[in-house]
Amino acid sequence: MTPPGPEASGGASDLLQTSAQMRRRQRRGLVARLALLGALMVAVAALVTLIVTILNSSFGLVAVENERSPGELVASRGYPEGTALGDLTKEDLVALLEAGISTNLGRRFEREQRFFGDRMVFEDLYVLNDLCMAGDPPPPACYLPARSHSQVEALVVERVVEPTIVGTWSFFSSVFNRDDVEAYAAEKYPGAELEFRSWLSWDFVVNPQSPEPAIAGIRTALLGSLWVVLITLAFSFPIGVGAAIYLEEYARENRLTAILQTNINNLAGVPSIIYGMLGLAIFVRTLEAITSGSFLGTGGEATANGRTIVSAGLTLGLLILPIIIINAQEAIRAVPGSLRQAGMALGSTRWQTVRSHVLPNALPGILTGTILAVARALGETAPLVVVGASTFITTDPSGPFSKFTVLPIQIYQWTSRPQDEFRNIAAAAILVLLVLLLTLNTAAVILRNKYSRRTA
Amino acid sequence: MTSEAPPPAGSLRKRRRPGEAVIGGLLFIAAALSILTTVGIVFELGKEALLFFRSEEASLAEFLSSTQWQPAILDFGIWPLVLATLTTSVTAMVVALPVGLATAIYLSEYATPRVRGTIKPVLEILAGIPTVVYGYFALTFMTPLLRSILGVSVVEIFNTASAGIVVGILIIPLVSSMSEDALHAVPMSLREASYAVGATRLETSLRVVLPGALSGITAAFVVSISRAIGETMVVAIAAGAGPKNFTFGEDSLLGYILNPFVAGETMTGHIVRISGGDLSYNSIDYNSIFAIGLALFVITLTLNVLSRRFVARFREVYE
Repeated sequence: MTPPGPEASGGASDLLQTSAQMRRRQRRGLVARLALLGALMVAVAALVTLIVTILNSSFGLVAVENERSPGELVASRGYPEGTALGDLTKEDLVALLEAGISTNLGRRFEREQRFFGDRMVFEDLYVLNDLCMAGDPPPPACYLPARSHSQVEALVVERVVEPTIVGTWSFFSSVFNRDDVEAYAAEKYPGAELEFRSWLSWDFVVNPQSPEPAIAGIRTALLGSLWVVLITLAFSFPIGVGAAIYLEEYARENRLTAILQTNINNLAGVPSIIYGMLGLAIFVRTLEAITSGSFLGTGGEATANGRTIVSAGLTLGLLILPIIIINAQEAIRAVPGSLRQAGMALGSTRWQTVRSHVLPNALPGILTGTILAVARALGETAPLVVVGASTFITTDPSGPFSKFTVLPIQIYQWTSRPQDEFRNIAAAAILVLLVLLLTLNTAAVILRNKYSRRTA
Repeated sequence: MTSEAPPPAGSLRKRRRPGEAVIGGLLFIAAALSILTTVGIVFELGKEALLFFRSEEASLAEFLSSTQWQPAILDFGIWPLVLATLTTSVTAMVVALPVGLATAIYLSEYATPRVRGTIKPVLEILAGIPTVVYGYFALTFMTPLLRSILGVSVVEIFNTASAGIVVGILIIPLVSSMSEDALHAVPMSLREASYAVGATRLETSLRVVLPGALSGITAAFVVSISRAIGETMVVAIAAGAGPKNFTFGEDSLLGYILNPFVAGETMTGHIVRISGGDLSYNSIDYNSIFAIGLALFVITLTLNVLSRRFVARFREVYE
């Protein structure tokens, strides 16, 4: 920059020059501002793309090849053309099943659950009664009610119609390129029918896991997730809040407290997979006698060894403990000191002050932090793979000592399969998981807003 | 009874309250449990890693020097895993640093409350999405995208670039929120001084606020690197399922060893793959993943401690 000249004319040209420079600087500012805005849009675009990608795979056309066509089956029972399989009576459906599957398979199904309460179809009643008396354990048919209409229908679809999905298309190509898809399908899968399928459906939520993507569901995984989160919460909430109370209300400012605090902060940054390895070494291996449930004498679950819901829950409990502590500390710190002094002035002890003044005021904040931590636990995958989630189970978890799988693990396994159909159900499962997390987060936000409005 | 004697003067002394002491003790135990967690991590990782290094099949020297990780033929060199981790993390940082920092600067220095109100939730949602979902995204969106842009022959189906980019996206919220905190801590008076001598908003942001927040931003970067190194599911799904073994001299450095478009297995990815199968205790495989875990723990802990130092510095300056 040149210093302003002494002459008047020089001053004017300087002024011109400065204003040109000024414009340049402002232009540069504008360009930079747009660049910053662009970078920010990258984050927004990433989120939008992610969600669109998942929705795109969750719905779309599928080409289905049936072993036996439902129309033919319906006609074989004397119903008019166009009747849906679901409109048949239960008797007709069972008859279709009788005609379509082997007697041996039928017996097996009937031992699992009877078709009618008052008569037997495949199995001999005496044989079943004997099994119920002597069998160890007795087959489920002994205590379960008869199969419902929809259960029989599902069985007919699974075993007689035997639909296989031979091709799937994404939502966008299904909607915008439907003609191409139809032409391609007609050429490549001549026997197949093209139908629009929503991979996310109520059946998908309540069906158990299955190797066949068309009928697989996430029931097992959802129940597993609930069990695991329950144990995680039961373990880490009391301990986390207790630790926070100690650090904020009891601890003196000394070296020990500093070490505790630093340690908690450091634990919050440890990669989750390390917690998985800790869980594997401690809960699964060292404490196997406890986490497998064998100390209770439940030998039935011996196959699970230490790889149980308890181990998974405790591992995630350790993982979210620092998060709960740090959040709870913040909530407790936000309680005004005057409240404590008022309590103390009335002669209450430290714990009485905490219980009746500090905790009630900090509770919304603590709960908000806990909900967020639970959301984190619900989405964790890596530590549970390491702890040993089951790769394939179809039975609902029966208690804390059973084998488990959780929703994110299910998503991981389906994503890792090369076939397209598994990508579709993985996307549908992701939608369920995201809805769950969104619900939790909304709850947290509502709680937080309500709380901040009250104190403001 | 109404005519009770007044309490003796001695009762003004602090009463012993065993209940209070018990509660205090329990609360202390709750807090001390976190120390136990750390001890547990260090002890278990250390113990199994020691068993690994002491075993006949492996040695510390081989672990730190060999460029082959092939448990089947008892080659245990960590370099293929470390280099793959480095590739994904560097790719992630290339994405996350500029975007995250720019977002932070915009939010802190430019944005109106309304823009902040829309962008903040977007970032929070991004931060809240489970990593397995990002893994799905990497495999079904990012990889096909890279393959269609750069060519199927260049980009393998499983590749570290796509995993790295997506890890980058998932740590954008971390970079931006930590950087924004740092920018926010710079006192308003510094900005006002800058405006008073005629600086534009951009000049103020870049030459006054940014240098003032440098240590906090450095902390954000360091934590993000640590997060990228420890990230598991995205790389387990999208980066590849086998260590990228190499030999110096034979394999080209840029064409293969450091090429992000080739499949590679990171440290975390390897741990997940090995432990996902049937793993028997006391096997060399079991011990080997703990050795990798120990390396991972040491690296991330160092980075986190370093980052806290930086944060402490900017707190010292302005608070």
